[in-house]
Amino acid sequence: MLASAMPSEITRERIAAIAALASLELDPAEVELFARQLGDVLAYADEVRKVDTTGVPPTAAVGTESRLERDDEILPCLDVRDVLANAPDVLPAAGLFRVPRVLG
Amino acid sequence: MSDPASARDTRDRVRSRTRSAVDVCQVALARLEAVEPRLHAFNTVIADQALARAEAIDREPDRWRNAPLAGVPVAVKDNICTCGVRTTASSKILETFVPPYSATAITRLEAAGAVIIGKTNCDEFAMGSSNENSAFGPTRNPWAVDRTPGGSSGGSAAAVAARVAPIALGSDTGGSIRQPAALCGIVGLKPTYGRVSRYGLMAFGSSLDQIGPLTTTVGDAAILLAVLAGRDPADSTSAVDAVPDYSAALTGDVRGTTIGVPRRLLEQGVDPDVARAVNGALDVLGSRGATIADIELPHASYAIPVYYLVATAEASSNLARYDGVRYGLRKSAETLGAMYSMTREAGFGPEVKRRIMLGTYVLSAGYYDAYYLKAQQVRTLILRDYEKAFERVDVIAMPTSPTPAFKLGERASDPLQMYLADVFTVSANLAGLPAISVPCGFTPGGLPIGLQLTGRRFDEAMLFRVADAHERDTAWWSAQPPDFPAHA
Repeated sequence: MLASAMPSEITRERIAAIAALASLELDPAEVELFARQLGDVLAYADEVRKVDTTGVPPTAAVGTESRLERDDEILPCLDVRDVLANAPDVLPAAGLFRVPRVLG
Repeated sequence: MSDPASARDTRDRVRSRTRSAVDVCQVALARLEAVEPRLHAFNTVIADQALARAEAIDREPDRWRNAPLAGVPVAVKDNICTCGVRTTASSKILETFVPPYSATAITRLEAAGAVIIGKTNCDEFAMGSSNENSAFGPTRNPWAVDRTPGGSSGGSAAAVAARVAPIALGSDTGGSIRQPAALCGIVGLKPTYGRVSRYGLMAFGSSLDQIGPLTTTVGDAAILLAVLAGRDPADSTSAVDAVPDYSAALTGDVRGTTIGVPRRLLEQGVDPDVARAVNGALDVLGSRGATIADIELPHASYAIPVYYLVATAEASSNLARYDGVRYGLRKSAETLGAMYSMTREAGFGPEVKRRIMLGTYVLSAGYYDAYYLKAQQVRTLILRDYEKAFERVDVIAMPTSPTPAFKLGERASDPLQMYLADVFTVSANLAGLPAISVPCGFTPGGLPIGLQLTGRRFDEAMLFRVADAHERDTAWWSAQPPDFPAHA
């Protein structure tokens, strides 16, 4: 367990780094607010870290073990025009979503 | 102009042609129009489509002769995709989104003869316990319009409580069907994880989410679950287990049934009116022949922090898809990265951002083991507590919510305080268990109180049996909000 994981020490810099990971352009007021509120919630969540879990396996989901496989059949899927209909910017003839330039 | 009939009564009349589906639909729409200015339960109303659908049902009586929901109006939570009908999850980022497909729950409803009348308001992306996180303003509780209907399925609960529609769909990730059902005085069921397909439900916490019914009677919940339940190839987590005849469980006979009560868990933080009502419900079941036994759930007190670590981690991953590329809002920017982050900043509300931040934090390098992995391990311990308890008892009873409906605005500025409202509901999601909330009384001030019953995996029939037995000896379920009277 890392000493640096102390939630009460969530800095504005740490919040800004998390926001970048989450693709959120937070304003300064939100950075301030979330630094405090995440600190509160994680301080509360620290209770969990006190539980002895030696040898206890993690549970990611309940009862899905036997359900995951099916035959690999080709089935009808959505029409490209329908899929593009909700997008803010598309090239309909090419069937593509358009986004800002990625490569220079 | 009102319609307090159950879904069962309504479909029986439509099937026997003693009442037309169009008449049923018109009454529901008129009721909706009358109460909506005070409740704000709906984001979208589809009156013309609903009437056209009702006419089609009336035109083909033979086709719908055995349909379990023939002509029954249904309100659908706005995070469940409806083909061709705007589906927003009460978020600005999806304000104009019109799904090109329907959720499996919707196609099953339609095959059963139901008539969808509109999409109900909810907390944004189902994140909240009060409906105050809707980007379009909160729904109000029909029992006291200055109070929350609960959340996140608050619009669905208010619509059913005000007798706009006899049944509604909600989704439940940490209590979002059961808590609003309790706060609005109706029945709400979260099915076993995997019982109902999640295909077309906008994902929040994928290991926790389930679609389920909100109704005025236990019998209607049994009918609706039978329609919704079953394997769906489009959802790999949907269960292959056979769907039993839930209505056959409504015998009123609870002799030989053992109901466990985690007394120690209930010692603190439960409103005295809530405790009194829940004890009253246990007395009712005891007098019908059920045995009441004390049980221990030693790790239940960790359920809230475990839930908020697991659910936000899953949410931060699931909500990465809202990036302004394929649907919804886009904010223009020079680079792709800036377009993503400006779109998300403008499109998400404060609670959604808070949970994405928390989830990203607990999954980030150096914190994953300390928070996320640890929470998953304690999740195992919570699950084991329930498995142990169910060796001795058939059902576990506790309040659905520790308090009755709170005032709008009362907890809005303190997220942690709001999260504590989910103390009794989140365990069932973490353990994948079915749980139902049923009306069990009122406060002296006239606010509804809910009893929660949790069962073994895939044993919804037992929940229905016990809940129905309670309903037979009480009249709480039939009470209607005095400011929204509905007389046939």
